[in-house]
Amino acid sequence: MSVLSLDATSRWYGNVVAVNGISMTVGPGVTGLLGPNGAGKTTLIAMMAGFLAPSAGSVTLDGERIWRHVEAYRSIGLVPDRELSFGYLTGRQFIRANAELHGLDDPGAATERALAVVDMVEPAERRIGTYSKGMRQRVKLASALVHDPPVLLLDEPFNGVDPRQRLHLMSLLRQMGAEGRTVLFSSHILEEVEQVARQVEVVVSGRHAASGDFGQIRRLMTDRPVRYLVVSDQDRILASALIAEAGVLSVSLRPRGGLEVAVSDFGAFVMRLPTLARERGVRILELTPSDDSLESVFAYLVGG
Amino acid sequence: MNPTILRISTKALLGSRRGIVMSLIPACLIVLAILVRAIAGAGVGYETVLSLGYTLALPLVALLAAAAVLGPEIDDGSIVYLLAKPVSRHTIARSKYVVAWCATMVLGALPMLVSGLVLDSSEPVRALGWGVAGAGAGTAYTALFLALAALTRHAVVIGLLFVLLWEGLLGNMFAGVRWAAVGAWGREVGAAVSDWVGGSDTGLTYALIASLALTLASVWFTGDRLRSFTLRGDE
Repeated sequence: MSVLSLDATSRWYGNVVAVNGISMTVGPGVTGLLGPNGAGKTTLIAMMAGFLAPSAGSVTLDGERIWRHVEAYRSIGLVPDRELSFGYLTGRQFIRANAELHGLDDPGAATERALAVVDMVEPAERRIGTYSKGMRQRVKLASALVHDPPVLLLDEPFNGVDPRQRLHLMSLLRQMGAEGRTVLFSSHILEEVEQVARQVEVVVSGRHAASGDFGQIRRLMTDRPVRYLVVSDQDRILASALIAEAGVLSVSLRPRGGLEVAVSDFGAFVMRLPTLARERGVRILELTPSDDSLESVFAYLVGG
Repeated sequence: MNPTILRISTKALLGSRRGIVMSLIPACLIVLAILVRAIAGAGVGYETVLSLGYTLALPLVALLAAAAVLGPEIDDGSIVYLLAKPVSRHTIARSKYVVAWCATMVLGALPMLVSGLVLDSSEPVRALGWGVAGAGAGTAYTALFLALAALTRHAVVIGLLFVLLWEGLLGNMFAGVRWAAVGAWGREVGAAVSDWVGGSDTGLTYALIASLALTLASVWFTGDRLRSFTLRGDE
């Protein structure tokens, strides 16, 4: 078993709290760490990889703290979001160096295996300085896989990766999860997480906002109230009509004109609005969804 | 020491821009020696040229070597690939030190010897004295600058200031500085080999012990900094 455990973990830098009291358990299978930029995902992964100490709480692998515990790296493969430099080494030399540093019995064979898994055998003789971003990403992944670790941590692995490589990477991660490895990757894109992860941990503003399988998270997000801005020529009349509707949760009059409407079923609302307006003789001048962003979804999950 | 780290660090050194500048410095020194010899004859300007080499060229080479072997990887965070391994941080520090030390010996201390021989081949022991002084100081300088590179991204600037101000300017003004100046210790060691090298009156034993202590402490410190290497997020 390779289980990562965070127990009331916090991390702050002076006055800025990057991670705020997060507890979670990451076990075998693929787990997606989902959250907007700046949510604390990289900080969490850095702590799980032993490259950042928690300010409070603990971060452990199978019960042992990871910080300053060099032996833990036998079990962990890390794919950081940092660009890979080492431009003066060829792909093969770099992976080989990784294999040797892990003290593997047959570094040559492990190198070739890792290169084959990420489909980088052909360009392996060229220097990393000549590689494209996608190729560097694959080399990073190979370096994390060369010692066959039971735990794989990937920080925004799909960033800047072209669609074909993304598909390849996704199937690779699914396969690793199916083999029983503990795979954790972070992303701010719902669809990426949806296609790969069984378990999703949502992190927003350093807090653990939600946890569950993808279906649960999706439902949580689509069941939220949706807000619209409606500008008409007779706001109060429209408001009184709207508040009578079952799917409308709240209506408020804006001082500058227009209504802010929160609905629980936006499909029904959008169908119903024109009918209501015509019945009351109200002309709709503007209809705009006012919080369509992922950030607002995340904010909602945190309780905003 | 780890052979893989030795190999990677050597490649980093040889391929980098700093590595190229580093090779130009001893070349300039030797060329200068040749010119002085050609223009002024044997023995003239010996002290001047070798002092220049000792107080400027040698520490500069040590600084560039240490910074090239550790700096870029820490600056861009890619050292994380070397650190995410079950290898002791002190082993990594020691291996990088060895590579930088070899560069300093070959490009810093050896050229001192060569320049001395160029300027006056009839006094080989004198040249050897300077070479030994360079080797002693170079050993300590490399360690010190390696620790500096592990500490800050501005290692090269701070190292230059240290060399010019502390060891150069203040060292010339105040005699007391010699107890805490690598250059002074190196001279004392060189003076033991040849009277031509002006010693610094700290005593050979003190000079040797101080150099050794600084070297060991600096390499240990580098390893310790690597143990606490931190990956920060964008937040």
